[in-house]
Amino acid sequence: MLEIRDLHVKFHNRDREAVGGISLKIGDGEILGLVGESGSGKSVTAMSIAGLLPRKQCDYSGLVLVDGQDMLGADRSVLRQMQGNKIGVVFQEPMSSMDPLMKVGEQVEEVLRIHTDLNEAQRKERALEAMTEVELPDPEAVYNKYPHELSGGMLQRSMIAAAIVNRPGLLILDEPTTALDVTIQAQILKLLAKLNREHGITMLFISHNLNVVRKLCGRVAVMQRGLIVEEGNTDDVFFRPQHPYTQHLIACIPSRVKVIAKRERFGEEEAADVTGGDRNDDE
Amino acid sequence: MKYALRRIMALVLTMIAVSFLTFAAFHLIGGDPAQAILGTSATPERLELLRHEMGLDRPFLVQYFHWLAGFVTGDLGTSYSYRQPVAELIMPKLGVTFVMVMLSFLIIVALSFPLGMQDAQHSEGKFSWVWTVIGQICMAVPSFFLSIIVSYVCGIVLRFFTPGDFPDMYRHFGSALHYLFFAAVCIAVPRIAMCARMLKSTIIGEMEKSYVRTAISRGNDRQAVLKYHVLKNSLVPTIAFLGQTMAEIVGGGIVVEQVFGIPGIGRFLVSSIATRDYPVVQALVVIMAFWVIMAGTIADLINMKIDPRLRLGGGE
Amino acid sequence: MMKKKIWNGYLIAGLVITSIVLIWIIVGQFYTPYDPTQMTGAKLQAPSAAHLFGTDKFGRDIFSRVMSGAGTTLLVAVATIGIGAVAGTLIGALTGYFGGYVDEVLMRLNDVLTAFPSILLGLVVISILGPGKYNVILALGIVFIPGYARLMRTAFASQREINYIISAQLMGASTARILAIHMLPNTFSTLLPALTIGFNNAVLAEASMSFLGIGVMPPDISLGYMLSESQGMLRTAPWYALSVGTVIAVLVFGVGMIGEGIQRIGKEDL
Repeated sequence: MLEIRDLHVKFHNRDREAVGGISLKIGDGEILGLVGESGSGKSVTAMSIAGLLPRKQCDYSGLVLVDGQDMLGADRSVLRQMQGNKIGVVFQEPMSSMDPLMKVGEQVEEVLRIHTDLNEAQRKERALEAMTEVELPDPEAVYNKYPHELSGGMLQRSMIAAAIVNRPGLLILDEPTTALDVTIQAQILKLLAKLNREHGITMLFISHNLNVVRKLCGRVAVMQRGLIVEEGNTDDVFFRPQHPYTQHLIACIPSRVKVIAKRERFGEEEAADVTGGDRNDDE
Repeated sequence: MKYALRRIMALVLTMIAVSFLTFAAFHLIGGDPAQAILGTSATPERLELLRHEMGLDRPFLVQYFHWLAGFVTGDLGTSYSYRQPVAELIMPKLGVTFVMVMLSFLIIVALSFPLGMQDAQHSEGKFSWVWTVIGQICMAVPSFFLSIIVSYVCGIVLRFFTPGDFPDMYRHFGSALHYLFFAAVCIAVPRIAMCARMLKSTIIGEMEKSYVRTAISRGNDRQAVLKYHVLKNSLVPTIAFLGQTMAEIVGGGIVVEQVFGIPGIGRFLVSSIATRDYPVVQALVVIMAFWVIMAGTIADLINMKIDPRLRLGGGE
Repeated sequence: MMKKKIWNGYLIAGLVITSIVLIWIIVGQFYTPYDPTQMTGAKLQAPSAAHLFGTDKFGRDIFSRVMSGAGTTLLVAVATIGIGAVAGTLIGALTGYFGGYVDEVLMRLNDVLTAFPSILLGLVVISILGPGKYNVILALGIVFIPGYARLMRTAFASQREINYIISAQLMGASTARILAIHMLPNTFSTLLPALTIGFNNAVLAEASMSFLGIGVMPPDISLGYMLSESQGMLRTAPWYALSVGTVIAVLVFGVGMIGEGIQRIGKEDL
């Protein structure tokens, strides 16, 4: 579904490359987690895939193929055909990512207005379907609300509905749960897993939080200073990190969380066994 | 509709405050109206009698409410110099100024929107500075200087109209409108530059917001982003700005009427200040202030219609 | 990292234009080619090498007149924004920093005052005080206070919750010290462009009022007064109005460009 080959991006006003030559593949129906701290280049990677790089303000090279279509060199009009149609994007701050003066429902169905010939009633029907699918309570009412009238969790669900309403093959999620509190975060992760299971949507899930990624993604890539330093099966990376940076990231996760993680993965006895030593470095 | 009602209540309160402030100011400085009417040669008895007739011996607040009641019912008092009801004197002049100001306002709205949008779209172009400089020049030329130039060039040299020969608007509306057009343009030019600049910087500011990125990620092209998202969001501050501009148009009109010899309330105000005809001045000041407040309220109501967040009330 | 660019074309052009006009005006206070109040040549002469801006119907040299008269306009403008900005900053600092009841009352009063077009307020104050140079300064100064107060209130209030201000309070710094040393410098980015706009508004307001005959009075002459004088000679000496108006426009344009330039400091290009 997605293939990146030797992607370089450098902004004119920065000295260092934001992305310094990465290669990545995501197969159909897969969920790949991209982890790194802020400034590691993971969002720039996402923008390159979504065709959202500010081209005038940066130099770039390499190849980004989404469903066989090159996203780096292609003409803007080609990008627009991909955006919303083949690629859906969900951003970090649902409140600021939504147009404050447009009804939530109209924003959910915007992709349909751009890419399909459906009439108003048909678009609304599809929007309501998508809103039901993301488990928004009372979609009919939410449809006519403005963003400021909804909670962060509901807004993010609406954003997801807007991203999947036209059934794109690839969904890019740029820190979609970071701005939400923990219980909502868990619900959104569950929802994403369900969408992946039921519709086979390929997802690129970006987060600075390795533990969040672990819950959703089968495979994970770790980025640091514009490079992918480690990539592999989530369990392998999480429990047997090879690169010092990954080890550092995992050391930052409270050990209590790690115990729970191992319990989930390996069952009760083994968890106690593996964690024995590192209870002290809590916090 | 509750929010509209609340806004209109606020309007009424501000109007009362404005009228009170104005009345109090002129009560303090206006001197003795009885003396002003009868002249310095009047006997103390006659003065006392007139004061009593005019209610000047009553408490200040009673006088204020009496005046306010008069104002609401259209009784604006009597002019010192003309010995005529102020309302009768003002009405025809108010009409002339109203037409001129509204004409000017229309010109501003009609030109600043396309100019501002155009400018915002090409803000990264090589020649954007040319527009900025032209805008600064328009803002730098005072409207009364522009009026002098226009009345010289269009009036004396090109003879498009005869400066100083304003036709009776109530008999020859067409030719009066023709005359007022030149004045309206002079008032409008600096404000067009300001409004266009304001709209431009608002649009550019909105373009940098996250929701625009979302819109692009859905496959909108630049035109669609503008049409469906950015313009509506830019409208709110621009309409508020246009509401405030009304104060400057009304104020600018005072001077421009003077240059063009237009018999509006601005010119009447200046001559009444010179003759210390306080009932007239007071009425005109309150009318102009009301006018400005009304414009602000209408702008607010339109904005509440556009932006649902403003209907919540509470903070500013 | 982003490089902060201070100099841009607008700022440089504005500073150059403004400096030239200012130097010309300041020189005019001490030296003019001719006596601005005396007949110095033939009446109603068009501009020539001897009289750059021509002469008026009394044979006075317009170049000299504008040079010296602009000084009054400059004095009025500077003094006016001085009063407006200082008083406005004080009020804004107190209401913005303390908030509460006083803030509420002052801001409502402010709302009411903004209902009056500034020239109208100026006219009302002048009708109380009577015309003249110093009364114009006072009138316009008062008129300008609410605008600055509102602006500075926002600038101060936005800093109230910032950590280092709170820590300064905890360390026992006096209120005056916090306001003057810690908060005031951070308001300059708001105040500076407002000063350039205020200066221009003051120049235009003085000119308007003097033009209406209720501003600066002879023997003082100002640009606005001369413009109203020139209107009577529009058919016979149009160069009079043109030179006076152009000087006002160039001065306002120069300062406007400085304001434009200041607002673009730190922005990427131009």
